[in-house]
Amino acid sequence: MSPWRRSEARIAWWLVAPALAGLGAFILLPFALAVALSFTSLRMGSPLPLEYVGWENYRLAFDEPGFRRGLANNVLFALVVVPVQTALGLALALLLDRRFHGRLLFRTLFFMPVVFPLSLVAVVWVLVFAPGPDGLLNAVLATLSLGAWEPRDFLNDPAWALPAIMVTSVWQGAGFQMVILLAGLQAIPRHLYEAAAVDGAGRMRRFLHVTLPGLRNPLIFVVIVTTILSFRVFDQVRIMTRGGPQDASTTVIHEVVRTAFDQGQVALGAAMSVVFFVIVLGITLLQRGLMRQRGEVQ
Amino acid sequence: MSRPGLLVRMVLAYVLLLACTALFFGPVLFMLAGSVKPDALVLAEAGTLRAFVPGSASLENYGSVFERVPFASYMASSLIINGLIVGLGLVVNAFAGYALARLRWWGRNAVLALVLALLVIPFEAIAIPLFYQVSWLGWRDDHLVQAIPFVANPLAIYLFYSFFLGLPRELEEAARIDGAGVLRTFLTIVVPNSRAAFASVAIVTFLFHWGMYLWPLLMTTSEQVRPLPLGIATFHTLPPLAWGDILAFGVLMVLPVLVVFVVFQRWFVQGVAWAGVKG
Repeated sequence: MSPWRRSEARIAWWLVAPALAGLGAFILLPFALAVALSFTSLRMGSPLPLEYVGWENYRLAFDEPGFRRGLANNVLFALVVVPVQTALGLALALLLDRRFHGRLLFRTLFFMPVVFPLSLVAVVWVLVFAPGPDGLLNAVLATLSLGAWEPRDFLNDPAWALPAIMVTSVWQGAGFQMVILLAGLQAIPRHLYEAAAVDGAGRMRRFLHVTLPGLRNPLIFVVIVTTILSFRVFDQVRIMTRGGPQDASTTVIHEVVRTAFDQGQVALGAAMSVVFFVIVLGITLLQRGLMRQRGEVQ
Repeated sequence: MSRPGLLVRMVLAYVLLLACTALFFGPVLFMLAGSVKPDALVLAEAGTLRAFVPGSASLENYGSVFERVPFASYMASSLIINGLIVGLGLVVNAFAGYALARLRWWGRNAVLALVLALLVIPFEAIAIPLFYQVSWLGWRDDHLVQAIPFVANPLAIYLFYSFFLGLPRELEEAARIDGAGVLRTFLTIVVPNSRAAFASVAIVTFLFHWGMYLWPLLMTTSEQVRPLPLGIATFHTLPPLAWGDILAFGVLMVLPVLVVFVVFQRWFVQGVAWAGVKG
C-alpha cells in the first residue's frame, strides 16, 4: 500500500468518525438498549433489583387493553388514511400536471400544510373541531346539510375522536404525496401518451395503461412511507385527545410514552417499542421486496 | 377535441383547484384571520364566511402572546436547537458522505451497510431507551440534549453520499494532480459544486426538526429551554382560553418555516422529490 493510500484511509476514518460516533451513541446504542431492557424488570424509581424476566413484558404488553387498542387504531388509521391520502395526493398531482397560469401558486398552497409543525396543526384543528354550533366544522356541516346537522363534540366522542385525528393527518400530509407523485408524473415520457393516443386509447385507458404503470415506484414509495407514518402517529393524539375518550384514539407510540414516561414502566415501554419496530421493519422489507420485483422485470 | 368541450374541462379544472385551495389553504387563512381578531369573535364567527376575513384587524393578540408566555424564549430555544442540528449536521454528514462516496478505505462497505440499516429505525422506537440513557448520564433539560442526538443522520449521509457519487470525478482528479490533499479537494472543489445538495439537506433538516415535539416533551422541564412546539401545546391549555392569542402564537411559530419554505421552495421540493425517487 502506498503512503498516499494509507493517508487516504486515515483521513477517511477521521471524516466518518463524528458521524459514526453520533449514530452509535444515539441510534445503535439506544436500539440495543430497547431490546435489552424489554427483557428486564426496570421501572423508574423502583427499589427492586433489576431482573431478567424473559418474554414477560411482551406478554404483559399484549394483555394491556390500551396497547391492544393502540395497535388496532394504528391499523385502522393506516387502512383509512393511506388510500385516502394517496388518492387525494394523486388527484392534486394530476390537476397540477399541466401548464396553466398560477400552477406554482396552487402547488405552494397545497403543499403548505406539510411544512406546518404537527403540534400547530393539531391546535388549529382542535379549533376546527370545536364543539357546539359555533365550531367551524359543525357550522360548515350545518350549512351544507341545510340545518339538518346536529352539532357534535368531535374530540370527546368515542366514535369521532380517531376519525378527527385522521382528517387532521390527511390534511397535513396530502401535499407530500402530491409533490412526489407530481415528480413521478413529469418523469413519464410524453411519447408514451402520444403512442397510446395514436393506438386509439381514450383518457381512461391512457391513465390505466400509461400513467399508473409509470407511477409504480413513486406510488409504492408514498404508500409505504404513509403506512409507516400511520404507525408513528403521536403528536396529534397527545395534543388533541390524549388518546381518549376511553382509549378511543390512542396509538402504539402514545401507549409507549404513557407506559414508559408517564407511568415509569420503562421495561414494558421498551417491549412495546420493540413490537413497534418489528412492525415498521416488516413494512419496510415489504417495500424493498416490491421495488426489487420491479428491478427484475426490467 | 371540440372547443366547448375544452372550455368545460378548463372550467371544471379550475373549480376543482379552487375546492382544493379551500380545503388546504382554508385552515391556514382561518388561523391568519383569527390571529388579528378579538378572542370572542374567533369562535363566534367560525361558522360563517367571516371566519376567513380579518375584519377589525388589531395586533393585540400578538402583544398578549408575549405577555402571557415566554414566547421570545421558546423562539430562541427553537432557533438555537435547529441551528445546531442543521449547522453541525451539514459538516458531520457531508464528511461521512464524502468518505463513503470517494475515498478507498478498509471498512467502507461495512459503514455504508450500517448507515442503510439505521435508516429503518424510526426515532419513536428508540425515544424511550435514549431518554433513559441520557438521563442516566444526568444529561437533560438543556438545549444541547435536544440537538446533539440528531446531528448525525443516516438519511442526510445517504443523500450526500449519492449526490457526491454523481459528481464528475475529473474535477477532483485535477485538483489532486495539482497536489491538493483530500480535505482541500473536498473543501475547494466538491463543496462549491454541491450547493444543491447542501441546500436541500439543510432545508429538509430544518423543516423536519422545527416541529419536534416528542423528544423535548421527554427531556425538558424548564421553560427556558423549551422549544415552540411544546410552547403551543402548553399555551392552548392555559386558562383563560383565548383563541385569538393561540392563533397569533401559531402564526409567529410558523413564520420562520414559511419564510424558509417560500424562499427556498425549489430546493425543498427538489429534496423531497429526490428522496422519494431514490428511496
